[in-house]
Amino acid sequence: MKVLVAVKRVVDYNVKVRVKSDGSGVDTANVKMSMNPFDEIAIEEAVRLKEKGVATEIVAVSCGLTACQETLRTALALGADRAILVETDVELQPLAVAKLLQALVAKEQPKLVLLGKQAIDDDANQTGQMLSALLGWPQAAFASKLEPAGDRATVKREVDGGLETIEIGLPAVVTADLRLNEPRYATLPNIMKAKKKPMETTSPAALGVDVTPRLATLKVTEPPKRQGGGKVADVAELVAKLRNEAKVI
Amino acid sequence: MATLVLADHNQVSLQAATLNAVTAAQKIGGDVHVLVAGANAQGVAQAAARIAGVAKVLHADAPHLASLTAENVAATVVATVRAGGYSHVLAPATGFGKNILPRVAALLDVAQISDIVVVESADTFVRPIYAGSVLATVRSSDAIKVITVRATGFDAAAADGGSAAIESVPAAPDTGLSKVTGQELSKSERPELTSARIVISGGRGVGSAENFRLLEALAAKLNAALGASRAAVDAGFVPNDYQVGQTGKIVAPDLYIAVGISGAIQHLAGMKDSKVIVAINKDPEAPIFQIADYGLVGDLFQIVPELTAALG
Repeated sequence: MKVLVAVKRVVDYNVKVRVKSDGSGVDTANVKMSMNPFDEIAIEEAVRLKEKGVATEIVAVSCGLTACQETLRTALALGADRAILVETDVELQPLAVAKLLQALVAKEQPKLVLLGKQAIDDDANQTGQMLSALLGWPQAAFASKLEPAGDRATVKREVDGGLETIEIGLPAVVTADLRLNEPRYATLPNIMKAKKKPMETTSPAALGVDVTPRLATLKVTEPPKRQGGGKVADVAELVAKLRNEAKVI
Repeated sequence: MATLVLADHNQVSLQAATLNAVTAAQKIGGDVHVLVAGANAQGVAQAAARIAGVAKVLHADAPHLASLTAENVAATVVATVRAGGYSHVLAPATGFGKNILPRVAALLDVAQISDIVVVESADTFVRPIYAGSVLATVRSSDAIKVITVRATGFDAAAADGGSAAIESVPAAPDTGLSKVTGQELSKSERPELTSARIVISGGRGVGSAENFRLLEALAAKLNAALGASRAAVDAGFVPNDYQVGQTGKIVAPDLYIAVGISGAIQHLAGMKDSKVIVAINKDPEAPIFQIADYGLVGDLFQIVPELTAALG
């Protein structure tokens, strides 16, 4: 079966983000960018399905600036077969991305769409659920185990109190949680090979999707800094402080 | 203008974070209605009717709402919103709310606003981004605002004192899209992580699943919930539902004790609003000490048992 995987270019998780001095946004100039870590897990899952002979083709998709090509090259180096960039410099919000993916699904007809459960920049945790709603497909969000079998799949999902197992028909949308797998690193030969894999570029207009943002960001600020740094010498002092000063035990 | 709050529940009792979502709804202004979608969840509907400040409880009861799948609950929420003409739809930002509300928003063709911590006005909200390193103030231009509420941003509404009427509303037809076939819920004697007064979390420094028993003993003494950093979950010491942080649970207890946790930004995102933070770590340079009220540098394998004994 064909698997479509959506990947997002985000500020690398090791970077300490800074607010622009005019409070209009986060400074992303000259900042290291990477593939959203949850999307790496989604790609890895697709690659493992291909290695098991379940997936036949993996199409990686990214939406946004020209620079998302780098993120797609990473996906190709990790094992995707080809890539599609939906290029735009409009700020894309989750509903717009879900609509772009919906349009691509109509063209590509995958049997499974894999996404990370959330992007570590806007922390929205929405796109997969939205896509599944727009397609009218089953939704398996926060997956920690995925077992497709024929026209169905069994998915273990992370829920508030533990794990839930669901059965869904395919096609379906699955979003990857932390424990689904441990992504591999791209090897140098695979990075070289990825340069030759096909990458197609399209646009929201070509897909007939209106991506106008629905939310306006009025300002961004840094939260108040917590005053910490207090130290105690030993357990006795800690217990005394918690009892008499903080009065929390 | 009226706000519909989707109740998070397990068919028997109301999830506490629903109360914080009710408070957020009150700040928006207008009537607050609570939707209980379930199967034989009359007890939950009655509990919702007792929440102070709730004007009406809408109860959708159908066998296909027994396992609360996203597809079926979202369909019922959308039908209820359309029938009632609501301007706002809120749910707690729990696993339940995050699973369902984006689906509701997409079906209504509106944006969803995740994890709000402040209501500035009926269309403007503050939400954390980048693991809480940044707060964004966003304004929605959509006719219906669909919002998940971070519980730590709002006080809980009083669970008693209200006497709202309970009205039956129809459940949307069964979508038949997914079926829950099993559940493995963590069995724990400990209080629930997101509503506990005291939380003790372990990190990579705890070293193994067996060593987490040290924390269990301390948690038992303090009647505390047990949590963990992503590193501890990654290493397989504890299940993912213990995870506190950007991609796990967000907690703000009276007392948070971080044991063997270095303090990665994505962990701090889940606990930095705790009232009092204690850090126990052998590395004096660990970033967790910068936000801790009481830092104790040393070997956790000595300190934790000593602390447990001292509380005896």
